[in-house]
Amino acid sequence: MAQGMSLFDIAGRAMSAQLVRLNTSASNLANAGSVASSEAAAYRPLKPVFQTMFEGASGKATVGIAGVVTTNAAPQRRYEPGHPLADGDGYIHLSAVDPNAELVEMVETARQYRNNIEVLETAKSLTLETLRLGR
Amino acid sequence: MDRLDRFFGVHGTALTLRSERMGLLASNIANAATPHYKARDLDFARLIGGASSGTPLTTTSSRHFSAAAEAGSESRLRYRAPVQASLDGNTVELATEQLAFAETALRYRSTLSALNGRISSLTSALKGE
Repeated sequence: MAQGMSLFDIAGRAMSAQLVRLNTSASNLANAGSVASSEAAAYRPLKPVFQTMFEGASGKATVGIAGVVTTNAAPQRRYEPGHPLADGDGYIHLSAVDPNAELVEMVETARQYRNNIEVLETAKSLTLETLRLGR
Repeated sequence: MDRLDRFFGVHGTALTLRSERMGLLASNIANAATPHYKARDLDFARLIGGASSGTPLTTTSSRHFSAAAEAGSESRLRYRAPVQASLDGNTVELATEQLAFAETALRYRSTLSALNGRISSLTSALKGE
């Protein structure tokens, strides 16, 4: 369509950013029940950091991943002396993942991914119609 | 060239502007989850009004700003006033953006069909049918 960043670039990069978000959610959910023998070794949830990428002064912008950070949520401690991973005091350290929040995150990610697909489909059909102009 | 431009009327400009607006709306949809992103849109009525009135500003000194430079900058963009801004400072409301995107796609199509009508009448005039 216009010069510079096309609709395909904008929606495509947004889709890959949402995919990274979906991956972190999946890895958080997969580790929701994991147990460690020390607080430092316990799993902490990962979160992607989204960043707007502007294209000059045209106003168009897409989204990129500035990085995936480990949150500093404190892992829970549970007293279970019989557990094979229990530390010297008889405690095990559970991962700090909130499964409900992760599920909500996953649903939102899926919806926004789908929105970008809709944008792509509309852009594709409009481009094809523009190519057929005058035939 | 000038006559051909006049024959196609405002539709040529409208097609470019609509495609640009779709790019902006796609940017808003892409940044629906980015903290502190402010949704923006084209002031379409003002731009198309400027295109159809068609009186170019003349500059009498080399130090005058040209009107084209003003129109090409960010001044043609407007920030969207959100119904309810979210806590992370993002002002994208997906319902609004999707509605505007669907509307723009439809209007783009209608501009295309208007252009198609002009082109087919031009071809039939050329062929002498």
